[in-house]
Amino acid sequence: MADGEIQNTAFWQGNTALAHGALAAGCNFFGGYPITPSTEIAETMAEELPKTGGKFIQMEDEIAGLACVLGASIAGAKALTATSGPGFSLKQENLGFAYLAEIPAVVVDVMRGGPSTGLPTRAAQQDIMQARWGTHGDYAPICYAPSSVQECYDLAIKAFNMAERFRQPVLIMSDEIVGHMREKITKTEPDKLKLIERVRPTCEPEEFTPYEADPMTSVPPMASFGDGYLWHVTGLMTNDWGFPTGNPPEVEKKILRIINKVTRARNDIVEYEAEHMDGAGIVVVSYGSVARSALRAVRDARKKGIPVGHFRPITIWPFPDAELVKMSLGVKTILVPELNCGQISLEVERAIRGRSEVRGLSLVNGKLFKPSDILKVIEEVA
Amino acid sequence: MPGGKVLSWLRTRFMPHIWCSGCGHGIVMHALLRALIGLNKDKTRTVLASGIGCSSRLAGYVNACTLHTTHGRSLAFATGVKLHKPELTVIDIMGDGDCSAIGGNHFIHACRRNIDITAIVMNNNIYGMTGGQSSPTTPVGAWATTTPYGAVDQPFDLCKLAEGAGASYVARTTIANPRQVETFIMNGIQKKGFAVIEVVTHCHTQYGRKNDRRLPFDNYNCFKEASVPLTKARDMPPEELEGKLVCGEFVNKEVLEYTEQYDKVIEKAQAALKE
Ligand SMILES: Cc1ncc(C[n+]2csc(CCOP(=O)(O)OP(=O)(O)O)c2C)c(N)n1
Ligand code: SF4
Repeated sequence: MADGEIQNTAFWQGNTALAHGALAAGCNFFGGYPITPSTEIAETMAEELPKTGGKFIQMEDEIAGLACVLGASIAGAKALTATSGPGFSLKQENLGFAYLAEIPAVVVDVMRGGPSTGLPTRAAQQDIMQARWGTHGDYAPICYAPSSVQECYDLAIKAFNMAERFRQPVLIMSDEIVGHMREKITKTEPDKLKLIERVRPTCEPEEFTPYEADPMTSVPPMASFGDGYLWHVTGLMTNDWGFPTGNPPEVEKKILRIINKVTRARNDIVEYEAEHMDGAGIVVVSYGSVARSALRAVRDARKKGIPVGHFRPITIWPFPDAELVKMSLGVKTILVPELNCGQISLEVERAIRGRSEVRGLSLVNGKLFKPSDILKVIEEVA
Repeated sequence: MPGGKVLSWLRTRFMPHIWCSGCGHGIVMHALLRALIGLNKDKTRTVLASGIGCSSRLAGYVNACTLHTTHGRSLAFATGVKLHKPELTVIDIMGDGDCSAIGGNHFIHACRRNIDITAIVMNNNIYGMTGGQSSPTTPVGAWATTTPYGAVDQPFDLCKLAEGAGASYVARTTIANPRQVETFIMNGIQKKGFAVIEVVTHCHTQYGRKNDRRLPFDNYNCFKEASVPLTKARDMPPEELEGKLVCGEFVNKEVLEYTEQYDKVIEKAQAALKE
């Protein structure tokens, strides 16, 4: 084995891999507040960031954690914060600010059981709808759900790219199992990294209109504080030059633009993985840690001759609905095992519109599905 | 009408402003702009953060790098700006409610960290923007829409709060002394560390209407009469200081500044890498 190969692999926890993925993407700022099961991300950043000249700050709460991340991003940083359910609830206020004011940042929620303090050390997927609708108002989230340690690393890089490209916060909804399990991963070599940086204005400072979007992308170029452009950032609805407005056409233009910039690029964003779909009469849809058990169950069922496939959304938002529909035409039953009381199963129902029977499987006792739990249901419906 | 230099710092395009005519907030804005001009500040390297409230709208009217955040959170945003780019001058504008109610936690921690930000708290003893509800600085017995029988909870002394939490510069003055507002803001900006300037101002529309200070001038006179310089207050018995506004620089000390401390963290981490 060549030396390079050894250097480019690591045996890491999901949380550690996620932090290193962020660093590989050029993250140079972290602000946050400790909370199980996400703390290793903050701890890794506290250790690694100053080595690269980046900054780490432990704030007084999660609200401040995201606030300082957004402040740093406005000053030009690529910034990260990480938390779990109780902290994710606190971050909703400033997430809304970031959607409206169009500030790039990556926000990680390593999900644990809730509501409230709930089950601090056990896995859940109960925040997945909060990722979609958590802060008030209308917006279009981009949200990933990793199901392996390698994916924690890779999706951290991708999340930064998407945050920079679309000028908005991007969410990574990991979970306690993915965050804490250890696997061997391959790091991306620096010269192989494909990094996207926010588009910056090229006009003269006097001509800068901070929210005038590129018509091809609907994303306005973003200046950084300190680089010569004077501009106003606000959580109020504004017109193109940042002036607060209540004028209906201006309001509508802005709100539709911040949604359309994502929906028009949907096909570039949406990711999924489909396996064993050939001839499948049953499809299991699962994501995050659950996908690991589900895929095993699907393989076991195939060995027994049951034609069952597996569909794993990697982007939870936007949801790969059209792709799922296309791949499950003629499928009798879709099973949706989740560590919640049926959140994504609602989304699958919405996509499938009665074309197949959709059956949710809920597990909310803090444990992960065993492959045999899922296999049993596959056999029942086969 | 302000003169040429001050005018160049104003976003006249954002005007008319939302403030009621006669609101004390404009006096603070003018003093702040004079201070920035006096210190020869560059607009492209000056950041004004603010929260939510009438006072916080100030940021939008200034032609600089301005950041109008969420209610109470501006200091946390400003901390991110300053830590990422310590070379920028960062000023944070808050109302009394913004700073000491919803933003109280961020306020004490910014003081404790002693990060080089100048916080200007425009204290009008009320929530002006939302129509005159009581704030953490509404005096006991005062009338507000949410204290229809008179306020009963004890108010904060913002300067004592800032001092106790560790700020390296703490001063109070009132809009009845605009020169002093300007001087204290200048001193605060020049201080390497977290500076708090409480400017007692008025909301004649909401607070004044309910508390016998209906006209801007009533408030101005009231502040003039109640102001006592710190040097004089030191020799006065507590009974005589009842209801007075002690004005002056309460704290002006050298404390290790946060972004400089963090630079040392970077040095240590990088030195360990070389070993
Ligand atoms: C989270 C949140 N809660 C409440 C409000 C409503 N609100 C807007 S301004 C304000 C109070 C402002 O008072 P103060 O900070 O004293 O400033 P002033 O208007 O008196 O200058 C409140 C409660 C809000 N915007 N956001
Ligand atoms: S409501 Fe009060 S604080 Fe607000 S602008 Fe009017 S006078 Fe000033």
